[in-house]
Amino acid sequence: MAVAVQGAPSKGSRDREPRPGLVERFKRSYSKHWYAYVMIAPVVLVLGVLVLYPLIEGIWLTLTDATSLNSARQIGVNKVPATYNFIGLHNYADILWGPGSYDRFWSHFVWTIAWTVLCVCLHYSLGLGLALLLNQKLRGRGAYRLLLILPWAVPTFVTVFSWRLMLSDGGAVNTVLGALHLPEPGWLDDPLGQKAAAILVNTWVGVPFMMISLLGGLQSIPAELYEAAEMDGATAWQQFRHVTLPGLRTVSSTVVLLGVIWTFNQFAVIFLLFGNGAPDAQLLVTWAYRLGFGQQPRDYAQSAAYGVILLSILIVFTSFYRRWLARNEQANG
Amino acid sequence: MRRGIAASALVAALAVSMAACSSGGSSSDTKADGPVTITYWDTSNATNEAPNYQELAKKFEAANPNIKVDFVSVPFDQAQNKLQTAMGAKGAPDVFRSEVGWTAAFAKAGYLEALDGTPAAADANAFQPSLIQQAKYQGKLYGVPLVTDTLGLLYNKDLFTKAGITAAPKTWDELKTDAATLKDKAGVDGFWMRAGDGYYAMPLLFGEGTDTVDAAGKKITITSPEAAKAVETYKTLFTAPGTAKADVTSDSYAHMMDAFTSGKVAAIIQGPWEITNIYKGTAFADKANLGIAPVPAGSSGKAGAPTGGHNVSVYAGADAAHKAAAEKFAAFMTSAESQAFIAQKNSTLPTRADAFTPEVKANPGIAGFQAVLASAKPRPELAEYSSLFASLGTNLGKVVQGTSTQDGLSTIATDYAKLLPDFSK
Repeated sequence: MAVAVQGAPSKGSRDREPRPGLVERFKRSYSKHWYAYVMIAPVVLVLGVLVLYPLIEGIWLTLTDATSLNSARQIGVNKVPATYNFIGLHNYADILWGPGSYDRFWSHFVWTIAWTVLCVCLHYSLGLGLALLLNQKLRGRGAYRLLLILPWAVPTFVTVFSWRLMLSDGGAVNTVLGALHLPEPGWLDDPLGQKAAAILVNTWVGVPFMMISLLGGLQSIPAELYEAAEMDGATAWQQFRHVTLPGLRTVSSTVVLLGVIWTFNQFAVIFLLFGNGAPDAQLLVTWAYRLGFGQQPRDYAQSAAYGVILLSILIVFTSFYRRWLARNEQANG
Repeated sequence: MRRGIAASALVAALAVSMAACSSGGSSSDTKADGPVTITYWDTSNATNEAPNYQELAKKFEAANPNIKVDFVSVPFDQAQNKLQTAMGAKGAPDVFRSEVGWTAAFAKAGYLEALDGTPAAADANAFQPSLIQQAKYQGKLYGVPLVTDTLGLLYNKDLFTKAGITAAPKTWDELKTDAATLKDKAGVDGFWMRAGDGYYAMPLLFGEGTDTVDAAGKKITITSPEAAKAVETYKTLFTAPGTAKADVTSDSYAHMMDAFTSGKVAAIIQGPWEITNIYKGTAFADKANLGIAPVPAGSSGKAGAPTGGHNVSVYAGADAAHKAAAEKFAAFMTSAESQAFIAQKNSTLPTRADAFTPEVKANPGIAGFQAVLASAKPRPELAEYSSLFASLGTNLGKVVQGTSTQDGLSTIATDYAKLLPDFSK
């Protein structure tokens, strides 16, 4: 450590005092705000243990060829040391363009993107529609609201298993379709039907949250705006276009972002609906789970690599989304 | 400086938490003289089979007052995963019922105690040599055979008679002909093949004289023309008239069994572990109605079915006292007397000749399956062999849904190449 000597002539010929070094700045801010550091220390520590450490460990795993056969394990009293090797970025290369990468990664990637876009669009549009309906002054509004929140309040596995019963071959859905002389698709059997079923169930589960959030947004739009619009002779559509949507912008941007992240990483619906079947309807998340825990030997490294790829996709998406929002904000003043 | 302190504090905290996670061994008390409690994980069917195993465990406790058995039922389809997790960390059972396909893989990972020369393997010579062979890994014995099984063609004799069919079909082609006849004359689906399950598809491969891999020749054989032919036949088993359409939902197993036991389908490919359950079905109130025949043969003229079954294995991580008790327990569970008891109760096949008592032989299910055992193909000694079923099942499920046979098989071969890096394609 350099020791500053008091009164030594400064080497710099400039008059301005040089910007203090990092350590110095840290020291200053520490002496000034030490209590704040003390306050956040526990949080930092907990986050470090719960988030940062596993994340770094996971990223490290992706650079190795760890499987359940060569990882360290403790067999009662005997410790078996890890014997996996560092293989650099080979896992990523193998996933993205190794043999069979279309089947293993790209088909799931395309489906995951399609699933996210479709589900979020359905969530948002249905949620907004229901929120607009519930925003009217009608009798029994509270009861309707309660009913519409139910799908969200019921534990996911109950919802999904009920759907699984209803969508099965002799289930309620196909019985109704058969009675109407419509074709009866194999909802849980054929690849396209599986995807449709997954979107249907996820929509059912996801709409209530959107509805409640948007309803909150709607109720925060001042009624005066509508009155003024009406005075100016705006039609209902124009009111919706120029009052409701701009008023909902902040809420919408947040719930859409949340919706995208949740839907992208939706594990429970797919896992509970198809169990170990339906290879084509697996999202990247459930596929990664299958690699890491659903097979023998377990492929920890590839599974972790999938996790890192997923995280990267979401980080890229979020940063673009935020930028796009900021641009919109400026454009709309 | 300060950051250094913070960092080292973080590291210390991590070290403490890691240490907290990794301490602790297997179960409770380790006193040599006091009573020992061993944990046994049973993977048999919890409603039909497990109560009889539990009864055996009680008998064992009565005979060995200083050993208590903590009997835990673990659903079979989750057991491999649970064991894998527990045995690499903590909470593993001291002794457990292990599917024959797991033995090699678990032994390779170092989870199993070698049983040569222990009380558990005292009667090793009494067992069927091929079953002892498949419980070995690199020359050491890692499990004691508890039950053995293979797949057979189970059929409903009443429905066959109704359709005017007098004998069980011998080949897949005959089976399809019979299925069409059954549909016409008896008005039920003639045959239900389990779709998207590698284990149940093995008879087709064996029927063409091939296998997923050639373990001796270190070659992946799933892309051979014979295998392609087998898959083509497999596809027709869901499309031919009188066969049930492919069910690849997660409830397909239950659907198949419900259809068979209630007489809605006349024949299935199934193993002896379901016999107890089948006898409870409405269509089989009269046990004599269940016909058991070898699986149909393919174009090679030979019929072959995979050898399944279970061993009792001892966990390598248990301490000496628990190991000794666990070995005793393994010996007891696989003794001739215990096996005869289980065979009568569960209709599963014993693994040693001296367990085939006259009463056991009189059980129609066992008598039927004993005749089928001749077509059972022993497993190659390959640690990864049971891991090969997963990709096979997944991709066969895709094939029956429209993926081309060649694409399906080459995907399987790619997966196999990963599992078996030193095999040639």
